[in-house]
Amino acid sequence: MDYASSRAEEKKFYLLAALGALVSAIGIGAALYMEHHGHAVTGMNNQIVWGLPHVFAIFLVVAASGVLNVASIGSVFGKTVYKTRAKLAGLLCFAMLAAGLVVILLDLGRADRIMVAATHVNLTSVFGWNMILYPGMFAIVFVYLWTLMEKRMYPYSKPAGFAAFIWRLMLTTGTGSIFGFLVARQAYQSAVIAPMFIIMSFAWGLAVFMVVQKAMYLWNGMTLHPEIRNRLRKLLAVFVGAVFYFVAVYHLTNLYFAKQTAFEHFILVDGGIFPQLFWGGWLCVGTLAPLALFFLPGLKDMRGSVTLASLLIIVGAFCQLYVFIIGGEAFPLEIFPGRTATSTFFDGRIDQYAPSLPEILLGLGGIGIAFTMTVVGVRVLRFLPEDNIAKLQAAGALSD
Amino acid sequence: MNAPDNKRRALLATAGVGAAGLVVAPGIRLIEAATAADAPKTTLASSKVRWGMLVDTTKCKSDCNACVTACNKENSIVEEVADPRQRSQWVRKIDLVEQRTGKQHSLPMMCQHCTNPPCVDVCPTGASFKRADGLVLVDRHICIGCRYCMMACPYKARSFVHEPLTTQNPEMPRGVGCVESCTFCVQRIDRGLQPACTEACPEGAMLFGDLNDDNSAIAKRLKEVASTQVRAELKLDTGVRYQGI
Amino acid sequence: MSRALTFLAALTLALPLFNAAAAGEAAKPAIVIANPGTQCIAPPEEMRRDHMEMLKHQRNRTMRLGERGAKVSLNACVDCHASKTTGSVLSGKQSNPDGFCEACHAFAAVKLDCWDCHQPKAGYKAAEATPAPEGSKP
Repeated sequence: MDYASSRAEEKKFYLLAALGALVSAIGIGAALYMEHHGHAVTGMNNQIVWGLPHVFAIFLVVAASGVLNVASIGSVFGKTVYKTRAKLAGLLCFAMLAAGLVVILLDLGRADRIMVAATHVNLTSVFGWNMILYPGMFAIVFVYLWTLMEKRMYPYSKPAGFAAFIWRLMLTTGTGSIFGFLVARQAYQSAVIAPMFIIMSFAWGLAVFMVVQKAMYLWNGMTLHPEIRNRLRKLLAVFVGAVFYFVAVYHLTNLYFAKQTAFEHFILVDGGIFPQLFWGGWLCVGTLAPLALFFLPGLKDMRGSVTLASLLIIVGAFCQLYVFIIGGEAFPLEIFPGRTATSTFFDGRIDQYAPSLPEILLGLGGIGIAFTMTVVGVRVLRFLPEDNIAKLQAAGALSD
Repeated sequence: MNAPDNKRRALLATAGVGAAGLVVAPGIRLIEAATAADAPKTTLASSKVRWGMLVDTTKCKSDCNACVTACNKENSIVEEVADPRQRSQWVRKIDLVEQRTGKQHSLPMMCQHCTNPPCVDVCPTGASFKRADGLVLVDRHICIGCRYCMMACPYKARSFVHEPLTTQNPEMPRGVGCVESCTFCVQRIDRGLQPACTEACPEGAMLFGDLNDDNSAIAKRLKEVASTQVRAELKLDTGVRYQGI
Repeated sequence: MSRALTFLAALTLALPLFNAAAAGEAAKPAIVIANPGTQCIAPPEEMRRDHMEMLKHQRNRTMRLGERGAKVSLNACVDCHASKTTGSVLSGKQSNPDGFCEACHAFAAVKLDCWDCHQPKAGYKAAEATPAPEGSKP
């Protein structure tokens, strides 16, 4: 690389890093504003207690766990094509997990008490488990990256990858169980939520990985080998299909239970924004459109179709989480079945939620943090997935 | 703080009487013992007691708000909050209409002080806790404001303080960023008084007392009349019972 | 362990302050005793060193165990130490806060966490405030 283009590249890097840092700083500023004025400046209230920051945070944490799947297929199941991608997957996992945690912690009513959260752990709380699972995940991913990047540690990459694989399944089970263990509200209390979160993590994580990989290849003027593209495309399609299956099972069981039909009617038919986001956002944009891009003859080999599909899956993921978290809270608790309840505390009424600017900025700040960490990471260390096609073909790894 | 810790502290309190001012090692003072020796002879909350309440909904009038007003005054829930959805309500009046028959009920709804409280189970820091005598309280010193308990409560009994406060009752601290709920007026119970709502009810529809004491009025009444636990299927064993619904 | 860490962190954060004080940049806090001649529950040196531990210890006993009427009591601190002019242990001033608690805490740069929830005014009656509107019934 000559001097001029190296300078141009450096300029681009600093521009991107500065952009990410700016978005992150605005997000943290928004959180400080919320901290100073209290949550009165948010759209959240005593019924919608978790709002948009939680949608962003849970997306980041779930996708962080799922993106590591790419690495696991390499290290645990020994697929060479995925091994070259393990380092980037590890970095993305680290960045998104950190960003998601920052968003959750900054949204706390008493964000200044992070030390309290770290030193007082109630082990009957699913949140309490997560206080152990998250730091553990950081440690394991750190060690795993070390075994992937330092030559004398290579032999340990398989056990480290296996540990990360197991830990990540526990982590996402923990995230899903935050909701799955709630008996109070109609939308949650289902054992299917934990496995559903795991499969969602696979789909969202791989979608994020595809987008980031594409950006890095564009930067370096590289293209993904069609065979590898094909394999990743099919894998992502399987994950999207599996998410569809779990969501269908979740809603079908609910529809079968008489006590849940009112809630299902709300989410799927007359709940305003929520059915719109469910059918339009999650099903059409986030599931059917990507599947069409993956499989329709005219579209599947189109340039950029996998990247576009990945972006649509991410959009669909946000719609799905919005419906799941906020829709689930907007529907009133059924405290007195068979009776209509009214009160000054909005019993029996469907709640309205409009996210305020600080909440939106905090959520975007989380994306900014993940983005900045990734940009800096790929700049200072070697994360670019480079395939040795000749070697792969010789080993038959492209068709195994 | 868990049960063994309570025991440890009780033991220390006894030992402390003899060990007042003891210097364990040069430069280290046994504050625990020193203050325990100075502590007055007060009775602590006892697990022999189980506080509970029986609400007679047949006496409760839909247009009456006396319990709510008394609660707000006692606990100084007086701040102006622009968005009514963000206002704290420790006790609220719910009007019920039976969908098939149109039969109407009115009742006060507050923290049900469960034996198996979901809010305590889900609290990540242990700030939600159950006192020995069954009161479910929030330790605001370690509440981080995550609102998980509000997600978990089947009675929507908890509120989150959305704005900084300055009008707290000295006996009932409350503050921004923490979750709060009915305490059965713990500050009054510990002085041998009834909760403010119970005292204020003009119909005498609220009966408060010790469920474990066979001679208490509430225990006797619960043996005579049919009473209901709200959302009994969750098996939380609520301290608040309702009659007439 | 956590206390040791807290101590180390506090020490690190406080070092510049010691330097500033040595250079004569920050004046020693002027503590105003609201009720001179009365006796605190322990000698001043002990109170200065241990008041936070005493309060923390008693808060857990009062709240978790229901122990009432103990000698250590935050409300008792307020009742005796609130300023005769403002009626509070906080002055409400942004610069040079000189309330009983604030003066030292500002000097030592230790955040005061009590008064977000506890009432800093002596003899404050909840009834002084006007009750909130009951809210319109739907």
